Amino acid sequence: MLQISCPWCGPRDEIEYRCGGQSHIIRPGPPETVDDDTWGRYLSEKINPRGEHLERWLHAAGCRRWFNVARDTATHRIRAVYHMVEAAPAIGNDGVTL
Amino acid sequence: MRYSAWTVFKQGLTGQRGWTPAWRSPDPQSDYDVIIIGGGGHGLATAYYLAKTFGIRRVAVLEKGWIGGGNSGRNTTAIRSNYYYRASAKLYGHSLRLYEGLSRELNYNVMFSQRGMITLAHSPHDIELARRQIGAMRLNGVDTEFVSTAEIARRVPILDVSPEARFPVFGGFMQKRAGTARHDAVVWGYARAADALGVDIIQNCEVTAFRRGADGAVTGVETSRGPIASRRIGVAVAGHSSRLAEMAGFRLPITSYALQAFVSEPLKPVLDTVVLSPATGVYMSQSDKGGLVIGGGLDLYPSYAQRGNMPVIRNVLGAVAAQYPSLGRVRLLRQWAGIVDVVPDSSPIIGASPVPGLFLDCGWGTGGFKAIPVGGTVFAHQLATLTPHPLAAPFSLERFTTGALIDEAAGAGIAH
Repeated sequence: MLQISCPWCGPRDEIEYRCGGQSHIIRPGPPETVDDDTWGRYLSEKINPRGEHLERWLHAAGCRRWFNVARDTATHRIRAVYHMVEAAPAIGNDGVTL
Repeated sequence: MRYSAWTVFKQGLTGQRGWTPAWRSPDPQSDYDVIIIGGGGHGLATAYYLAKTFGIRRVAVLEKGWIGGGNSGRNTTAIRSNYYYRASAKLYGHSLRLYEGLSRELNYNVMFSQRGMITLAHSPHDIELARRQIGAMRLNGVDTEFVSTAEIARRVPILDVSPEARFPVFGGFMQKRAGTARHDAVVWGYARAADALGVDIIQNCEVTAFRRGADGAVTGVETSRGPIASRRIGVAVAGHSSRLAEMAGFRLPITSYALQAFVSEPLKPVLDTVVLSPATGVYMSQSDKGGLVIGGGLDLYPSYAQRGNMPVIRNVLGAVAAQYPSLGRVRLLRQWAGIVDVVPDSSPIIGASPVPGLFLDCGWGTGGFKAIPVGGTVFAHQLATLTPHPLAAPFSLERFTTGALIDEAAGAGIAH
């Protein structure tokens, strides 16, 4: 069972949350300039790393707000939780959030 | 060595000392006509059909661990073709037909048991969906029939079909030709048959990079056992496809998730078919050893950890206890997870990649085992002829650009 710290509600069990997948996806545009290839990639392609993944989570059974999580997909260790508008926190030499 | 009842009898009389290894363990050669990355069912079947159908025998199957140690050894062995769209029905239907003759084809008993599969309907709406599904499947040539609650109660006496049940049963549909097979035997059978045709199966050989020519095409791979050259490389690595794609410099529409499975302690025979409950996502069969083989939904966040999380365990086993009250105190023997490659439309990706010479057989998600024979057939066709097999043509990577998705996630109600 993961314990995830909602930025608003604090630490709660993973069953209260829903993972919304890869974060920081930027919609290409303006629409009239986007070709099919770019649009297809935008809709479907995933980084899907083995290692740190920056992803969106929803506190579905709590405050129902979205936030970002930096989580390792191999160990499930959560390095950082940050707001939707923030960039991913940098990683220090020791592997922890600066 | 040909396997037969007579061979077993003769070996029994001579102290079982005459058995030979079922396949060699060769060192990698410097180059091959075709390299297949991934020694699971799909990779080994591809190598077998390359050698048998197309006469291409200078083939290497590179496996980072041991063959069948990934998802081929982690699935729930169900084989069925109850899909909605015609392209899927043809693909999986062909796979089912190949499974029906596979033991004879490979001279290896894959223990394919066509015990049928029942998909339950838990509400009047489910009944309507079941009727629609039956209609679609029949139009696509897949035999299926409606089964009443009384018939389900007769066939699956341990299932709670009472009106008070937490998940009442209104009926369901059944594909009688569906069933289960022995997962290791499928892998070992293909390995042995491919090896006999000259294919090199190289285990403990992890691919670490692709070699590329000046034109960008692949010219070989770097591995933990040294470089190996080939101008045709097939990737059949399921949940790790994105990692190989990253090595080659492109991305795939794949997300890797952990899918759990469970097996109970051995019981006396209590279940002689496969039962799927769409409401809970739980499906169950009983192995020949007596263990109940149980599967459920995905762990719903991306993961490469080959173990499951507790909330899903609780959901799956809670559903088993609710639907099969007599199993409430059965103990589990094992629990594990495989990393499945889930695509937005829940259909596989077969064919060319953006890199010349590099080909993909991935995106089978939670349903790769049932597709091993057809996956091998169509991927061998792709690698040998450089054109898609007619059955695989709709499943190209291009569909994510053209929009011609085959949305079985919606069509067949695959939960993931």
